[in-house]
Amino acid sequence: MTAAPRAARGGANWRVRLTSGVAFRFESLLVLAILVVAMAALSPYFLSISNFLNILLATATIGVLAIGATFVISSAGIDLSVGSVLGFSGVVGCLMMSNLDLPWPLGVVACIGAGAAAGLVNGFLITRGQIPPFIVTLGMLGVARGAGLVLTNGLPIYGLPAPIVYLGQGRPLGVPTPVIILVLTAAIAHLVLMHTRFGLYTQVIGDSETAARAMGVRVERQKVYLYTLSGALAGLAGLLFAARVNAGDPTAGLNYELTAVTAAIIGGTNLFGGRGSVVGTIIGALIMGVLQNGLNLLAVPSFYQQMAIGAVLVLAVWLDRVNRSEGRRR
Amino acid sequence: MSLLEVRDVYKSFGSIEALRGVTFSVEAGSATALVGDNGAGKSTLMKTITGVHRPDRGSILFDGARIDELDPRGIRERGIEMIYQDLALAKMRDVAANIFLGREITRNVLGLKLIDHKRMESEAEKMIEKLGARVKSVKQIAGQLSGGQQQSVAIARALTFNPKLVIMDEPTAALAVREIEHVLDLIRTLKSHGIAVILISHRLTDVFAVCDRIVVLRQGAVIADDPTDKTSMNAVVSHIVGAA
Ligand SMILES: Nc1ncnc2c1ncn2[C@@H]1O[C@H](COP(=O)(O)OP(=O)(O)O)[C@@H](O)[C@H]1O
Ligand SMILES: [Mg+2]
Repeated sequence: MTAAPRAARGGANWRVRLTSGVAFRFESLLVLAILVVAMAALSPYFLSISNFLNILLATATIGVLAIGATFVISSAGIDLSVGSVLGFSGVVGCLMMSNLDLPWPLGVVACIGAGAAAGLVNGFLITRGQIPPFIVTLGMLGVARGAGLVLTNGLPIYGLPAPIVYLGQGRPLGVPTPVIILVLTAAIAHLVLMHTRFGLYTQVIGDSETAARAMGVRVERQKVYLYTLSGALAGLAGLLFAARVNAGDPTAGLNYELTAVTAAIIGGTNLFGGRGSVVGTIIGALIMGVLQNGLNLLAVPSFYQQMAIGAVLVLAVWLDRVNRSEGRRR
Repeated sequence: MSLLEVRDVYKSFGSIEALRGVTFSVEAGSATALVGDNGAGKSTLMKTITGVHRPDRGSILFDGARIDELDPRGIRERGIEMIYQDLALAKMRDVAANIFLGREITRNVLGLKLIDHKRMESEAEKMIEKLGARVKSVKQIAGQLSGGQQQSVAIARALTFNPKLVIMDEPTAALAVREIEHVLDLIRTLKSHGIAVILISHRLTDVFAVCDRIVVLRQGAVIADDPTDKTSMNAVVSHIVGAA
C-alpha cells in the first residue's frame, strides 16, 4: 500500500508535476508562449517592458473578474452579470467619493459592497427562488447596467480622491498597483480554492451536487457565498477600473463577462463544474490580455477584437472536447 | 427503546406518494433487510432517514432523540452513515478526498483552517488497507476506478467515522460474486462490533444469510416485518410482488 502511491508519483511525467497542485491546463501555457512569440514577430512595439506593463495593467481588471468566474464555474454555475456589476459598483463608489465627498476608504467599501450586494441577490434568487443561474445573472446583467446609467444619467462621474487614483495609476517599485492587487487576490483565491473546505466544496458541488448534499455540504449556503464572492470581486474590479480612468463610468466593463468566462475556461476550469484553477485562470487572462494588446498594436479595429474573443471562447471549449474524447485528459 | 424508530413517515414528490405512513424500527447491533420492488420507496425512505429528504409527516428517532429536523451533516454527526445506491462520490476528486468528504481534516495556519491533504491521504490509506479494498492509491481519481473499487471507496467512507448505524442501498449491485461475499462478511463484522445495518438488496439469499429481520415495502408502505427465522423466501417474494 505504501509502494503504490510512490510508484504513481514516480511515473508522473514532468508535465503532470508542473501542473499538479495548481491543476491548470498545461496547453494554456503553451498557447500563451506561442501568442507572445507571434506578437513579437508581428509587431516591433510588442517586446518592451512598458508594453508588458500595459498588458498586465489591462489584465488586472479582467483577471479579478475571472477569479470570481473560476469559483462560480467550478460549482457548475455561471455569473453573466460581472461586467455590469463592475460598472454599477464603480459608479456607486464614485458617487460616494465625488458627489457625497465621503472619505476614500468608505468609497472602497461601497464599491466592493455594492458588488457583493448584487451577488447576494443573485445567490438568493438562484437558491431560494430556484431560478437557473444563467437566467438570474442575465437578468442582473440588465438590471445592474441600467441602475448604473440611472444613477449617473448615463454620464461618467469625474474626479476621484488622490489615494484612489494612486490605486489605479500608481506604480510602487515600477509595478502598477492594480497588478499588485491582482497578484494578491490570485494568491488568496488559489489558497482558498485548493486548500480550504470552501474551495473543495465549491468544486464538489460542481462535480456532484447530490453527493455534496448527502455528505453534509450545505449546498445552498455555499452557492449564496459563491455568487456574493463573484459580485464582491466584480466590485473590486469596478474600483480598479474607476481608479485607472479616474472616473465612475456607467458603461465600464461592457462585455467583460465574455472575456472573464473565456479566461477561466482557457485556463482549465471545467465548463461543467467540478474542477477549477486560479493559476490557470491568470494564464487565461494573460492570453486574453496579450491577444487584445497585440491586436491593438496591429491596428485591428476593436469590433474585430470582440469577434476574436468570442471565437477564442468557442475554440477553447471545442479543443477541450476533442482533447477529452481522445482520452488524453481525465 | 430501539436504536432507530421510524414512525408514520409520509413523503411525496409532487403527485407521487413515495412513502405512505411507514413505521419500523432497528435494534442496535442488528441487521435489518429492506426489500421491495423497484419504485417501492426504499431509497426514498433511507434518504429521509439521512436527512437528504425531509418527511412531510411523521417522526424519526435515533438514540431516543428526534432527527427528522436535522440536515445530512447533523445526521452524520449523530452516527448514521449511508452507502448510497449511486454511491454519492465526487468523481473528479481522489479517493482520499471522497473518504473525508464533509469531514476533512484541517490544520490551523495563521488562524486559517487549511485542509491537511497529507494526513487525509495517510488515514485514507489505512482505512482502505483495513478493509482489504483493492484500490492502488488513494490519490487515484474516483471516476477512473472500476465500479467495484468505487463501491469500496463508498464503504470505506461510511466506516471511517465510527457509525452506530450503516445503511447500504444495493451495495452489491455492481459487484462480482467474490466481492459480494466480502460485503456480507463486512456486515457480519459490523454486527459483531455492535453496529446496526440496514441492507437494501434484491438478492434474497444474501438477505437471508446476514439479516435478523426483513421488512418488505410495497408502494410506499410496510406490508411485512418479520424476524428472518419466522419467515421464508417464498413468503417474502409473494409480499414483494403483492401476491399475498
Ligand atoms: N427526487 C425525486 N423526485 C421525484 N420522484 C422521486 C424522487 N425520488 C424518488 N422518486 C419516486 O418515488 C418512488 C420511489 O422511488 P425509490 O425510493 O427510488 O424506490 P426504490 O428505491 O424502492 O426503487 C418512485 O416512483 C420514484 O420515481
Ligand atoms: Mg432504490
